[in-house]
Amino acid sequence: MKFQRINALLIRHLYLMKRSFPRIMDIFFWPVMELLLWGFLSVYIQKLKIANLNIVTVLLGAIILWSLLQSAQQSISVAFLEEVWEKNLLNIFVTPLRIIEFLFSTLFLGIIKIVLVSAVLGILAALFYAFNIFQFGFSLIPFIIVLLIFGWAIGLFTMAVILRFGTSAQVLAFGFIFLIQPFSAVFYPVSALPAGVRHVSYLLPSTYVFEGMRAVMAGGLFPYHELVLASAVAGVYLVLVLFFFYKMFGWVKQRGLLMKLD
Amino acid sequence: MPDKNKTIIAVNNLRKEFSGVAAVDGVSFNVYEGEICGLLGPNGAGKTTTIQMILDLITPTSGEIQVFGLPMKRHREEILGKMNFSSPYVSLPGNLKVSENLKTFARLYGVKDVNGKIAELVDFFEIRELLPKMTSSLSTGQLTRLNLTKALLNDPKLLLLDEPTSSLDPDIADRTRKMLLKIRAERGVTMLYTSHNMAEVEEICDRVIFINHGEVKDEGTAEALIKKYGKEDLNDVFLHIARQNN
Ligand SMILES: Nc1ncnc2c1ncn2[C@@H]1O[C@H](COP(=O)(O)OP(=O)(O)OP(=O)(O)O)[C@@H](O)[C@H]1O
Ligand SMILES: [Mg+2]
Repeated sequence: MKFQRINALLIRHLYLMKRSFPRIMDIFFWPVMELLLWGFLSVYIQKLKIANLNIVTVLLGAIILWSLLQSAQQSISVAFLEEVWEKNLLNIFVTPLRIIEFLFSTLFLGIIKIVLVSAVLGILAALFYAFNIFQFGFSLIPFIIVLLIFGWAIGLFTMAVILRFGTSAQVLAFGFIFLIQPFSAVFYPVSALPAGVRHVSYLLPSTYVFEGMRAVMAGGLFPYHELVLASAVAGVYLVLVLFFFYKMFGWVKQRGLLMKLD
Repeated sequence: MPDKNKTIIAVNNLRKEFSGVAAVDGVSFNVYEGEICGLLGPNGAGKTTTIQMILDLITPTSGEIQVFGLPMKRHREEILGKMNFSSPYVSLPGNLKVSENLKTFARLYGVKDVNGKIAELVDFFEIRELLPKMTSSLSTGQLTRLNLTKALLNDPKLLLLDEPTSSLDPDIADRTRKMLLKIRAERGVTMLYTSHNMAEVEEICDRVIFINHGEVKDEGTAEALIKKYGKEDLNDVFLHIARQNN
């Protein structure tokens, strides 16, 4: 694997970001809107004094972590879509670039998005809600890394589906993540879900991440159990999805569709 | 000038079926070092499919392809690093500046001195003033030159050109041909070239390969083929071969 080639694709996407105001807005707009909406709502609920636990902290943490997952996944998917929209896949794959290098370039793009979004949300949360994300030390970072890996896996999955069905499937790149949100126990614990639905929840690494996050916020022992489960499940998905992507890429080369993808 | 002792591309019994229908049906040919070889044939003959198999963009149903004496399957990275491709039907991303596109591809090809290489090539193709422009704003002729610039970034030993002059006005088409001849003369680049313009092919190809219905029908120099079929020019040879089994 050659870092120079990965870097080439990375910079190619940063060129776009640097120039396009809508693209920059796109990175921050939804995360910021959600932060404001849910943040103020939770401040209000807090005032009602229904529960003893710090609702503001838990909800803000959930919003921020969910936004990280979502923006990482979407930027990964869009990095691929960009090449499809511009009919650039052929140009890219007649260079010595390997598929895995291409995929890693999308991962690094996801990391850049995560850093940017967490910086902006972290600052805003501190300003508006006196919420300091760093109060949990580094305990949340391993969970954020798992979210990144899971976001990469979902991104790869949407890419593979787009290879198979063309851009008519591109809505998945933006919508698929919302399919798993209700089951991921983002804003409420798994125990709040009906028993049958919990089985679905436990198939998602994001569930363990958000359970782990709440455990971290409640203080006490570090939730190793949740972290291990989250990493393991995310790892399994990543392997499966990589396999699926390579299969679909091979399928496209069989059908001679790399140039005709749209 | 062409050196028959050094085979750059060796295609052996290459076949490609799309849903059971053969697009390329047992094609074999060689391309030798330093030559400009024309791959000719009617629409749907299988030229683009063949070129894309040589580029490893389409997986052959059967048959072998060797480039630089190496099988593509196991030496993809090495082979692709030493060749390049250009076609007006495959453009570079329109939402990047010309300079950004060139830098991206220079990096993808692992060019050592990215800026130096780009400076050299934009002077060669006289497109320096296009560097700050958005790629989507270029005219067809400018895009052709940009595509060729991209195709030379890695100092390729082999260029695959799919209809490089189609949709160019006669003046720009003529200049493009002159550039290709200059590239060959100055850099010794081997080229496999498709075109539907037989006069152009006579002008720049050392040798041509005719394919139709996915099979090689004949090959040789334009002169030899014109003589063999007793025709006026390559255009008549084309018509003769294209209409043979219809
Ligand atoms: N991806 C594909 N799926 C199915 N059939 C295909 C595909 N690509 C090409 N074909 C078919 O294979 C045959 C050869 O096509 P190809 O594009 O190689 O022809 P060509 O010689 O390049 O023609 P032209 O001069 O029109 O460019 C045609 O019948 C075409 O319809
Ligand atoms: Mg063609």
